[in-house]
Amino acid sequence: MPEIDAWRAGGSRVALATVIKVEGSAPRPVGAVMAVSSGGDLTGSVSGGCVETAVFEEAQDVLKTGTPKLLRYGITDEMAWDVGLACGGTIEVFVEALPE
Amino acid sequence: MSVASTTVTGLYDRLKEEVEAGRPVAVATVVRGEPLGAKVLVLPQEVLGSLGDATLDEEVVADARRLLVAERSETRPYSVVGREVGVEVFVEVHPPPPTLLIFGAVHVAQALTRFAKALGFRVVVTDARAKLATQERFPDADEIIQAWPDDALEQIAVQPNTYVAILTHDPKFDEPALLGTLDTPAPYIGAVGSRGTTRDRRRRLLEAGVPEEHLRRIHGPIGLDIGAETPEEMAISILAEIIAARHGRSGGPLTAASGPIRGPADVPPLDVDADGPIISGETDGAG
Repeated sequence: MPEIDAWRAGGSRVALATVIKVEGSAPRPVGAVMAVSSGGDLTGSVSGGCVETAVFEEAQDVLKTGTPKLLRYGITDEMAWDVGLACGGTIEVFVEALPE
Repeated sequence: MSVASTTVTGLYDRLKEEVEAGRPVAVATVVRGEPLGAKVLVLPQEVLGSLGDATLDEEVVADARRLLVAERSETRPYSVVGREVGVEVFVEVHPPPPTLLIFGAVHVAQALTRFAKALGFRVVVTDARAKLATQERFPDADEIIQAWPDDALEQIAVQPNTYVAILTHDPKFDEPALLGTLDTPAPYIGAVGSRGTTRDRRRRLLEAGVPEEHLRRIHGPIGLDIGAETPEEMAISILAEIIAARHGRSGGPLTAASGPIRGPADVPPLDVDADGPIISGETDGAG
């Protein structure tokens, strides 16, 4: 992702969110990546738009703490009201900060 | 929570360098358990970093090498000696990008080069005609070879991840290109031409002694049946057929199919690994 280099050159820190597991139907496959900057930029995707906003917030938290997180989203999730996957599958997303 | 931060910086830079150079590399990360976020970088002749346990490293590196050959990223559970709870490790593979080898620096080839680059292909364009095979006409091409097909093929190693599109529309160029690639491990060989041209070509190649099973490999007329008219539409039709071939699919509408809608038609079990990518002998499909 060329954006990542530009963000880092501009002094932002960057977190990567990667789909590491998919159960059932999901919009993006294992290995799909979304990058987020401390400046609030976003590129790539981990779903069809269903959970990107939630992952963005989690990524900001990872950038603050430096501690990676494993997130799990699915229709059966208690958060399904606002950030569930419409297609009924479950995805796991690993979020980590890129080294500075 | 321990994250090996100093080594991770070097790993990330190295990963980026290898991916940009198109060399095969895998990165394995602890995504559940400790040390969360620890990484190893697995290169063909080298391993960098550690997941915090030598035996775990060894197991993960062996799996990562197999996954790299299978071109498959996946998360796998591992037990760790002396620990009650194991870890889960995500292995992300970055195989070298596939190559699209285009014979014929024609109008369709320009759109095909542009779109194939967007799909992540390395694109090589070759044509004997100096007016056509130019940098100006193909600014996105990774390599332009101005030569006759036989000479061009001496400069190119056709690999199991080299997809071939023959677009010259002229038997004196496209038949040597076919003869020179039918005997290679290329997983896809498409040749432009009307149904009539395709029939005549087939007859000539048979007469020239090309075996029937080689002729069956040719996707001709090239492309999926989407009624493509413009060079851009033809490029989409050809690339769609190449993507389908890559995933072992026939290329029809999803409404007419069943099963998973993404990726390979069949995901073979990892442990029954072949020596290399499978070469498809199928030439049927919607075209």
